[in-house]
Amino acid sequence: MKAIETSGLTKSYGRARGIVDVNLSVEEGDFFGFIGPNGAGKSTTIRTLLGLIAPSGGSARVLGCDIVTGRREILAQVGYLPSETAFYRGMRVRDVLRLSAKLRHMDCSAEAGRLCERLELDPSRRVEELSLGNRKKVGIVCALQHSPRLYILDEPTSGLDPLMQREFFALLEERCRGGATVFLSSHVLSEVQRHCRHAAVIREGRLLAMDSVEKLGHTDARRVTLRGVHELPPLPELRDARAGQDGVTFLYGGDMPTLLGTLAGMPVTDVTITEPDLEEVFLHYYAKEAE
Amino acid sequence: MSLFRHELRQGLRTLWIWAAAVGFLLGVCVVIYPQMGTDMDQIGAMFSEMGSFSSAFGMDKINFGTFMGFFAVECGNILGLGGALYAALAAVTSLSREEGEHTAEFLLTHPLTRTSVIASKLLAVLSQVLLLNLIIAAVTALTVLYIHEDVPRDDMTRLLLAYLLLQLQIALTAFGISAFLRHGGAGIGLGMAVGMYFLNLIANMTDKAAFLKYLTPYAYADGANILTEGKIDGVYLTVGLATGLTVAAAGFLHYRRKDIA
Repeated sequence: MKAIETSGLTKSYGRARGIVDVNLSVEEGDFFGFIGPNGAGKSTTIRTLLGLIAPSGGSARVLGCDIVTGRREILAQVGYLPSETAFYRGMRVRDVLRLSAKLRHMDCSAEAGRLCERLELDPSRRVEELSLGNRKKVGIVCALQHSPRLYILDEPTSGLDPLMQREFFALLEERCRGGATVFLSSHVLSEVQRHCRHAAVIREGRLLAMDSVEKLGHTDARRVTLRGVHELPPLPELRDARAGQDGVTFLYGGDMPTLLGTLAGMPVTDVTITEPDLEEVFLHYYAKEAE
Repeated sequence: MSLFRHELRQGLRTLWIWAAAVGFLLGVCVVIYPQMGTDMDQIGAMFSEMGSFSSAFGMDKINFGTFMGFFAVECGNILGLGGALYAALAAVTSLSREEGEHTAEFLLTHPLTRTSVIASKLLAVLSQVLLLNLIIAAVTALTVLYIHEDVPRDDMTRLLLAYLLLQLQIALTAFGISAFLRHGGAGIGLGMAVGMYFLNLIANMTDKAAFLKYLTPYAYADGANILTEGKIDGVYLTVGLATGLTVAAAGFLHYRRKDIA
């Protein structure tokens, strides 16, 4: 069974952009990354899947249940971490965790205790006194304590320090090995590359690509920056070329010997060849989409 | 049930503050009655001859010199207005606060139907209003015992019941409005309660504005009328509760399909 399957899922907010014709497919047991810059539609997609907002078109199933008619069944099997975690004022961490468990008609106190210990979260603190990172941890325990079949995590690492991020991903990988599905959104490509098996790229509300992370992250294109010259080298497969005061920069998609051979005949004073950064990977998918 | 209990607990502090404030004012009002008693006949005569002002507060109809007359006007205003402000505030923020403070995302991603969320929250608001009125009734009973005043039980029950119904109508209306708001709403709730109070004052002043009585629960919770007629006006009560239920039902239907910000 698919953990998440959407077909032409669309959400429009009048003039503001939502998501358009999103077709996602996430296998059960997968560790899936949902990549896109801020405002791309990641949260809108997730909030639609969870029934917080109603789709304006298309359909979606989560763990086999329709998102419109099976909302309650879906929510019973999902652990959700919102991008901005907010809790009721005046409550202590342990009260929030207990409330979350009670709303699920479960007693998760043992698991909550274990998770608080691993995440170094003091359950006796009042939630309004917590730092951003600690509030995030409360959200993480709420999402994990009932051991759901599917974890939907919206920008889960924002606010967590690197050590905590490592512990958090270790927890998720344990759950995934136990058969659960992890679906996390992120704008940090390296995080998705490191932990996810499959990923989808969304931009301006549209899904641009969906594949294994290996294939998605792999691009032959390199960002080449030359100093001392003002003209582009006579090479095929040049993209996104820009001229600066002391040189030129471009994305090169051809083979290396041709590049090096051509550069050897030019009066360059310095060369840097790097992997394109995240934004350029997005642009790469974007250019492909436009073709 | 867990959500209902959580809602009650969340509103507990506000309930105690309002119960203490309204209870204290009402208690003081009852306790000072015997001291005012000797001057009451004169004051009553003066208050009943102040034209529109007297009719606005119903003081032309009842004997301000008797305890019940005094209670209906003085305490009626305290409980009628204080209770209504509390009911409006508790109800109008019930649903909107969740979105304003972003806790809706926490609450509504638990396996609860929207219907059960709305029902639990409405039930909690109505229970809080009921609790406030039970506390006020207890304060009234204790202070009346303290001043050794012989009070006609039917009249007193009818008055307190009318104020409870008034608060329930305002709570239902404010709760319905809350479903359409994305944050806060306290100003709208309090404004609505005060506005309804003044509508009744205007309606009492001139027959031309009598139609306004259909728009305000103070029409059937008018202490002077209840004492002189010996009953709560059935027509105004039916119209009022029907209005409250209709607005609450509209809010209910809207919130079931509302996109949560």
